[in-house]
Amino acid sequence: MAKRIDVSGLSAYYGSTKAIEDISMAIEPRSVTAFIGPSGCGKSTFLRTLNRMHEVIPGARVEGKVLLDDENLYGTSVDPVAVRRSVGMVFQRPNPFPTMSIYDNVIAGLKLSGVRKKSVLDDKVEKSLQGANLWNEVKDRLNKPGAGLSGGQQQRLCIARAIAVEPQVLLMDEPCSALDPISTLAIEDLIGELKTQFTIVIVTHNMQQAARVSDRTAFFNLAGVGQPGKLIELDDTQRIFSNPSVQATEDYISGRFG
Amino acid sequence: MSAATTSVPADARPLGRPLTANRLPKWAPAAVAAGSIALGCGIGAVGGLESKLQWGLISAILFVVISYVLSAQVEGRRQAKDRLATSVVWVAFILAVIPLLALTFYTVQQGAKVVDGNFLSHSMRGVRASGPGGGIYHALIGTLQQVLLASLMAAPIGLLTAVYLVEYGRGKLAKAVTFFVDVMTGVPSIVAGLFILSVWNLALGFNYSGFSGSLALAILMLPVVVRSTEEMLKLVPNELREASYALGVPKWKTILRIVIPTAIGGITTGVMLAVARITGETAPVMLLVFGADYINNNPFDGPQQSLPMYIWMQYSQVNNQYGYARAWGAALVLIAFVMGLNLIARGIARWRSPKAGH
Ligand SMILES: Nc1ncnc2c1ncn2[C@@H]1O[C@H](COP(=O)(O)OP(=O)(O)O)[C@@H](O)[C@H]1O
Ligand SMILES: [Mg+2]
Repeated sequence: MAKRIDVSGLSAYYGSTKAIEDISMAIEPRSVTAFIGPSGCGKSTFLRTLNRMHEVIPGARVEGKVLLDDENLYGTSVDPVAVRRSVGMVFQRPNPFPTMSIYDNVIAGLKLSGVRKKSVLDDKVEKSLQGANLWNEVKDRLNKPGAGLSGGQQQRLCIARAIAVEPQVLLMDEPCSALDPISTLAIEDLIGELKTQFTIVIVTHNMQQAARVSDRTAFFNLAGVGQPGKLIELDDTQRIFSNPSVQATEDYISGRFG
Repeated sequence: MSAATTSVPADARPLGRPLTANRLPKWAPAAVAAGSIALGCGIGAVGGLESKLQWGLISAILFVVISYVLSAQVEGRRQAKDRLATSVVWVAFILAVIPLLALTFYTVQQGAKVVDGNFLSHSMRGVRASGPGGGIYHALIGTLQQVLLASLMAAPIGLLTAVYLVEYGRGKLAKAVTFFVDVMTGVPSIVAGLFILSVWNLALGFNYSGFSGSLALAILMLPVVVRSTEEMLKLVPNELREASYALGVPKWKTILRIVIPTAIGGITTGVMLAVARITGETAPVMLLVFGADYINNNPFDGPQQSLPMYIWMQYSQVNNQYGYARAWGAALVLIAFVMGLNLIARGIARWRSPKAGH
């Protein structure tokens, strides 16, 4: 299932402002890659270019290439809707659909793309919720509204919803920043399990979290306010945190700025 | 000059102000209100003021002043200002409610005299205008058909326009549409009627009918539906749209299955309120539906009747007590109908609104 991502020469714009510039990197399958860096350096922007969510914003556009295995996501005949089915996303704030029950939330992606069979859907709900470590907590109230869950449960519901469409890659934009420490731990454990099946990219503000969950870490930075963000370095997490090759990375990690 | 030792007096209160203060008892506002009303009526009676309105106003002013002065004496100035604001709000609220209650009360009182099974199930055919009897059946049928037809035209068009403006509209076209919707909001109903009259009836040569009335009603309803739907769609958080896109759901399906269902409670309420609005429109109906005193079940051909026009026709017969009574009866039915729509709208809004239930 999991696929490799190769980015080359990627820049992204909001209108005429360039938010990120000339980013190239390789993201390994079945691993967790963490993006760290100061606020506003373009981590979210870059993440959203990986499943063509960037262009949803009016006036936003992308230059460069993103290869999923060998297919360019920005190729001329590529359908962004199909891309988003292979590259799922979990957002910073839990956003279950408020009109839907827990059950309907999990299968929203499937149902909206035409899967109707009850047995398939039932099966999928159980598998996805188990995959998101939420099944035991909600199995008795699948028909209750998803918005009635706690923040941490809602976020795991969103993860269940994302993995239910069987993507190859899962992008997570600060998935724990709105959660308490216990829920954060639950999600971190979950990430460890999910990486056996998916390629996972996670943006985090929390250095310890990056160190705990990721195999590789990318550090982004920007030269100054109004300047585009750039990739500074990408390496094994252990190396980034013990012996980074760029001074700025070390400064950031040791809390000297950012 | 001596040592800076300051002895603390034994009875000094610690740090600044006390936490307790004199308060008026809970029943004080009610007592002041009762006293003010008694006093106001007393002044009115003694002073020989004719209008009960003056009695009420004097009571209201007394209430505001007495509560302020009393509170200032007992509780201090800050509390008194608080009370002043509260009592002004109360008085304003009562002033606003009185006309509403009076209108409802009077309509029910007058209308109940004539509204019965016979009134609801008979037309005015063969009834002498200056005599008793007759009913509103033909007007009720007309209003229902005209309003339904107008809604069938205005609701879908309005909904789609709002979806376009919120979800797709960019640039010049969207600006132009918004501008025209704004202009339409301000079109007086008689102008909408004249427009349909000159285009549909005079230029295209169609006869008077319920349908030509509903065309004008649809024009009046459309901007209301667009505006309210637009507001509701804008309230749907962008995060939900993005969540749906990120699952690989196309935009049109996201709008249909996520955005509209999330907003459907508010949208329905808006449509219902727009329906209630046009139900009472008289001017275009007078121009286009023409008015009939018999039952015409076909809204596409020939004159019909409608409740507001019926009221007008009955009431415009000078010094005809039976006509007046029938007008009030029709007014009662009209108000009940509109109120029913409002209640349904509220019910739907509550039923369909996103819940955080447990
Ligand atoms: N919707 C948007 N419209 C315009 N500019 C944006 C938008 N979102 C982000 N930006 C800008 O792009 C830059 C990168 O932002 P972002 O990717 O959110 O950074 P990060 O996630 O690293 O904090 C910032 O300068 C930000 O102001
Ligand atoms: Mg961000």
